Amino acid sequence: MKRSLRTTVGLACAATLVLFTACSTDPSVTPPEDNDTTETESSGEWFDQELFDQQYEQRSVEPEGPADQPYLQMIDPEMRDTSEFAAEGAQKACFANASISNPWRQTGWITMNEQLQVLQDSGVISEMETRDAQDSDDTQIADIDYFISEGDCDAFIISPNSTAAITPAVERACETGKPVIVFDRGVQTDCAVTFIHPIGGFAWGIDTAEFLIDHLEPGDRVIALRILPGVDVLEQRWAAAERLFEEAGIDAVDHFTDADPATIKNIIADELAQGEVQGIWMDAGDGAEAAIEAFEDAGAPYPVMTGEDELSFLRKWAETGLTGLAPVYSNFQWRTPLLALEMIFAGEEVPAEWVLPQNPITEAERDDYIERSEGMPNGHYAQFGGEDLPGFPETWQERNIP
Amino acid sequence: MTARTDSRIQTVLRALISPKGAVYLLLIVLLVSVTAIHPSFAEPGQLMRYIQRVAPIAIVAIGQYFVIVSGEFDLSMGSLVTVQVVVAGTLVGQDDSRTVPVLLLLLVIGVLVGLVNGLVTTRLKVPSFIVTLGMMLALYGGVLWWTGGAATGNPADSFRQIGRSGIHDLPVIGLLPWSVLILAAVVAIAAWLSRRPFGKTLVAIGDNPSAARFAGASVQRTKTMAFVLSSMSATIAGVLLVGYAGVHPSVGQGYEFTAITAVVLGGVVLGGGRGNVWGALAGAFALETLFTLLNFTAVPSTMRSAIQGVIIIAAVAYAGVIFKNRRAPAAVASDPPDAPGMQQATGEAQSTESAGSGATRNHNTKEN
Repeated sequence: MKRSLRTTVGLACAATLVLFTACSTDPSVTPPEDNDTTETESSGEWFDQELFDQQYEQRSVEPEGPADQPYLQMIDPEMRDTSEFAAEGAQKACFANASISNPWRQTGWITMNEQLQVLQDSGVISEMETRDAQDSDDTQIADIDYFISEGDCDAFIISPNSTAAITPAVERACETGKPVIVFDRGVQTDCAVTFIHPIGGFAWGIDTAEFLIDHLEPGDRVIALRILPGVDVLEQRWAAAERLFEEAGIDAVDHFTDADPATIKNIIADELAQGEVQGIWMDAGDGAEAAIEAFEDAGAPYPVMTGEDELSFLRKWAETGLTGLAPVYSNFQWRTPLLALEMIFAGEEVPAEWVLPQNPITEAERDDYIERSEGMPNGHYAQFGGEDLPGFPETWQERNIP
Repeated sequence: MTARTDSRIQTVLRALISPKGAVYLLLIVLLVSVTAIHPSFAEPGQLMRYIQRVAPIAIVAIGQYFVIVSGEFDLSMGSLVTVQVVVAGTLVGQDDSRTVPVLLLLLVIGVLVGLVNGLVTTRLKVPSFIVTLGMMLALYGGVLWWTGGAATGNPADSFRQIGRSGIHDLPVIGLLPWSVLILAAVVAIAAWLSRRPFGKTLVAIGDNPSAARFAGASVQRTKTMAFVLSSMSATIAGVLLVGYAGVHPSVGQGYEFTAITAVVLGGVVLGGGRGNVWGALAGAFALETLFTLLNFTAVPSTMRSAIQGVIIIAAVAYAGVIFKNRRAPAAVASDPPDAPGMQQATGEAQSTESAGSGATRNHNTKEN
């Protein structure tokens, strides 16, 4: 009797402890309420009807600017005056980067450095001092404060690690009176001269979900492979897709994979063991190959699938001939901040919010992109937008990360 | 039912609720739950596929067992798996003829990493936790530097067959994956090794290094050997994973902790001196089955890690609590003075000895 009591108490303590820790570490990730824990609840926090509608519209807007330079195109721009920042001679830029911990950021980082080279040669920028926050908010705040106090910076470029935490540091950078450019993930202040980003996560979710819904029947099963929870650009992709799947009567289940192909394969194998899977949705294309292979290994028919413009997916897609779509989170946006800086130093107008185009790659365009990316590694992104830079193609092929 | 079968059942049941049997009980419960939710899981063909999937982590867990039972840690296993996966992917490329030389190179890398871990730990007296942590960072950093974080692509299909394919068209099971055969071989070798003087010395060293040294065991050589075994197992797991999953810098990440969890779940004590290969194997299977069960149930994806954590803690706590109650008086008397730190973390389980490994300890004590 005594023994069983102690066992029970021990188990209860362990369970409470772990649950408590899990709840307290990151409240934004776990659903706040315990009543009916359906999958919709977790994405409910991330769903924003206004942003959803706005991005829905922006997808069909014809962008302004040169068609062969998508990194200079703008959607619905509201231009602002920058004459107060006009400056003579080469200026020093300071770049606070969130991380280069995934192939998408690495590809962009290579492109950015090639662009920097061009602007250094033309005498616009003297040097760019970069600090890599390695996915840490604390590090990035320290990086920005270092730039403010000791960086001797003429301009700040910030790719925020997370939205809320980095906002005060961005505001401090703005207070120096030097131009601040924010790109990729956003912050909760509009003090920056310009905020550069592709249309956004909801647009990704809408493009992909609509594609799957068009090619599937109500009641079909879709497996959603997600990298990790809690990152706004990823959460918004799923929030939009999940909403649309639900409305269309598609049975979608999501899993977190850390982009590990072994995990992805296990998940798909388990899902296939439970019955046919008609669709695969991914919030990023990393690991798409493993997902497709899981179908091959199980002898199941290929799913309808959305991946990303990462070459591993494009190539596997072409090889298998499955029905697919490659949404993009425009990698060429890594060029735009430096080009915007050039415009700002020249006193030219820039959009307060610089929305770049974000066009998914369809089956019709796929082979063209694959051909143009000949010799690039699988972790390269088709829409990297650096074909006209001097280091093309060797720098990207060899992945010389500065 | 006769009294005889009745008592036999009782013996089995008693063994299952004993601390050493806890992992087997957990594994059975998990397997039954999975089969209940999804009956075709128990079909022979599906089971083979399942063992194929668990093989890499089971092999890593068995390697980790040798290190942990000797009182050390190997945190570098996951990164070593990643290194082997990326090296294989890059060097084999699309050229079939390179398969054998690259396999040999992988083994050399594995042995070297194990030797460095073992020698720095034993000769320079740096705690293995630190040595292998450093090795983990160095190896992973090397991979990132070499690949620029983006793998070049998968190697030739013939190389990947080892982890992805097997013997086709067999009766009943259909496909017999190579992974299953390799796992069986690894288990056989590991079981054989742990019955040899090497395996017994390893346990004795983990239990009480000074006593083992006085008894004439070469602590340095034996521990270094354990590190080499662990690196070799990571290498084998890496080769299987290239086939199963493909080349990606995230393959193998976190394997060291999954392996340590599997080993502890299997009743092997952190700090060394108690446990066996079969427990580690069952621990790995229990852990993977738990992940599968969560895939099969409609648990919200954000909750899954938390549930895994609760079940793992509960399983280890179960063994600990039962143990303490059963052997409470003995615990005080036999509290060993060596191996500080981690021992306290694992609590009471360490301080007593189960019937099974008691033989080893007696053997050890006699030599004193």
